[in-house]
Amino acid sequence: MIRFDSVSKHYPDGTKAVDELTFEAPTGQITVLVGPSGCGKTTSLRMINRMIEPSGGRIWIDDQDTSTMDETELRRGIGYVIQHAGLFPHRTIVANIATVPRLLGWNRARAEARALELLERVGLPAGFARRYPAQLSGGEQQRVGVARALAADPPVMLMDEPFSAVDPVVREQLQDEFLRLQGDLGKTIVFVTHDIDEAIKLGDRVAVLRAGGHLAQLADPAYLLAHPVDDFVADFLGKDRGYRALSFQGSPAFSLTQEQTVPLGATPAQAAGAARDGWVLVVDASRRPLGWIESGRVKSPIKPEMLHRGGTVATVGGPLRNVLDAALSSPSRRGVMVDDEGAFVGTIRAHEVLAEIEERARPELEDQEARA
Amino acid sequence: MTWLGDHLGDILGLTVRHIYLAGVPLILGLFIALPLGWLARRYKGLYPVLIIGTGLLYTIPSLALFIMLPFLLGTKILDPINVIIAMTIYTVALLVRTVADGLGSVPEEVNQSATAMGYQRVRRFMSVELPLAVPVISAGLRVAAVSNVSIVSVAALIGVEQLGSLFTDGFDRAFLEPIIVGVISCVALALLFDGAILGLTRLATPWQRAGEGSS
Repeated sequence: MIRFDSVSKHYPDGTKAVDELTFEAPTGQITVLVGPSGCGKTTSLRMINRMIEPSGGRIWIDDQDTSTMDETELRRGIGYVIQHAGLFPHRTIVANIATVPRLLGWNRARAEARALELLERVGLPAGFARRYPAQLSGGEQQRVGVARALAADPPVMLMDEPFSAVDPVVREQLQDEFLRLQGDLGKTIVFVTHDIDEAIKLGDRVAVLRAGGHLAQLADPAYLLAHPVDDFVADFLGKDRGYRALSFQGSPAFSLTQEQTVPLGATPAQAAGAARDGWVLVVDASRRPLGWIESGRVKSPIKPEMLHRGGTVATVGGPLRNVLDAALSSPSRRGVMVDDEGAFVGTIRAHEVLAEIEERARPELEDQEARA
Repeated sequence: MTWLGDHLGDILGLTVRHIYLAGVPLILGLFIALPLGWLARRYKGLYPVLIIGTGLLYTIPSLALFIMLPFLLGTKILDPINVIIAMTIYTVALLVRTVADGLGSVPEEVNQSATAMGYQRVRRFMSVELPLAVPVISAGLRVAAVSNVSIVSVAALIGVEQLGSLFTDGFDRAFLEPIIVGVISCVALALLFDGAILGLTRLATPWQRAGEGSS
């Protein structure tokens, strides 16, 4: 657990980067600090490993006051990942990852073995070990950055906009892999971002900061979306809050509508026979949905390029948001549901999903306090 | 070209002395410029003082310096140590800015992550900042090397023997051949120094060539 106790950072010219900040980042969870530029989020992060010294208050890691710890020892016990990764350009990938173990005095063989293990863990081929950072893409470098931070297995990780400098597709991959990794490792993580969507996706708890280093609200993402404490937080969260909050709600066992499906190559007559309301779903040999087709337009055996591709697909038991989106995006207005293997199990209509949503209570303050 | 044939041994001896008088100051100067350059980087107020101060040293005429040093240091006028010290001063003059700028070329996020991982100051300088500054420092060192090879020849005027002695010799006897040989030898020596620094730099920076080619 990391605990901020009335922590301030004031500069001699009078600027207050952080003012009387108090919060806790619980053990084994991701706490995201999010806010506009100038809200003091990076300053707060760097005060944890004392790259910036607080001008007031205390920061505790478990029950140790960080200001009483040896600076170097403190830092070697905390993983640190930044934007652009900050890899050492003159060292190979394996040497980069082995940095902290080597600083801690591990011998070369042990440090390298550990580095190779981590290289695999973050999904990079062992062939990258002897390359230099310049030979890797931005996303690959960022994975190395994560591996390097994990090398000495620190209980605490600080991450400063680690995924901001890569393109959106890679960013999403990195976020998903990061969550999977965290699922295995359960580190205590403080994560800084200016991107509220990233905060909501990654955070177990999200701390919204406002300019001048004040904590505006600290809550789990679902609660934050349902109950922003004021206009600042509401504006910062952005639009579609009700819809986005559905991401955090699992769906029940809906009773799905059975559909007659056809395979690729089905004749116009077969398509017409299977269609309901003019639309029929085409599936592959493993019953994975390929797309909808309007039976009236089928003049020859069905080919892949004839299929309507607009509809999304939701997994049974997955977030309500995905189920609703499957229904809303389907050209037939029937949302396609699949099982964990991706095989088609049935369809659902938007009004059925909405009925379920209306049945539910919104996350309330009581739940929040119970969790905090 | 009988003169050349008759004096090959002498020319070789002068060349070795020229290498010594230009090369040793290069190494001494580099070692003095490293901490000064680091100070100029570390303490912003010192930067202009050190850069302008050492830069001014380079404007002292070499002949004046060769003649003044024995008085300042109490050394003998013909002692080669005067030349070594003078050339070291010129090397420092050229290299302090280079070292400071080389250290400044290290990306901020690299310095930051080094600090965050628990590098202490000296170790960070030795194993992160300095290796990354090598390309810039090497460029400055090449300029200093060529400049040293050229300036050292002036020392012939105060009687310290090296390839420059061929110029005074040729001038005194109104005889062109030693002058031509001296010029060619100096140019060859400058190229040798340059090539040696370039080669060492390539050895020290394999990472600079990574990313080129097809890997």
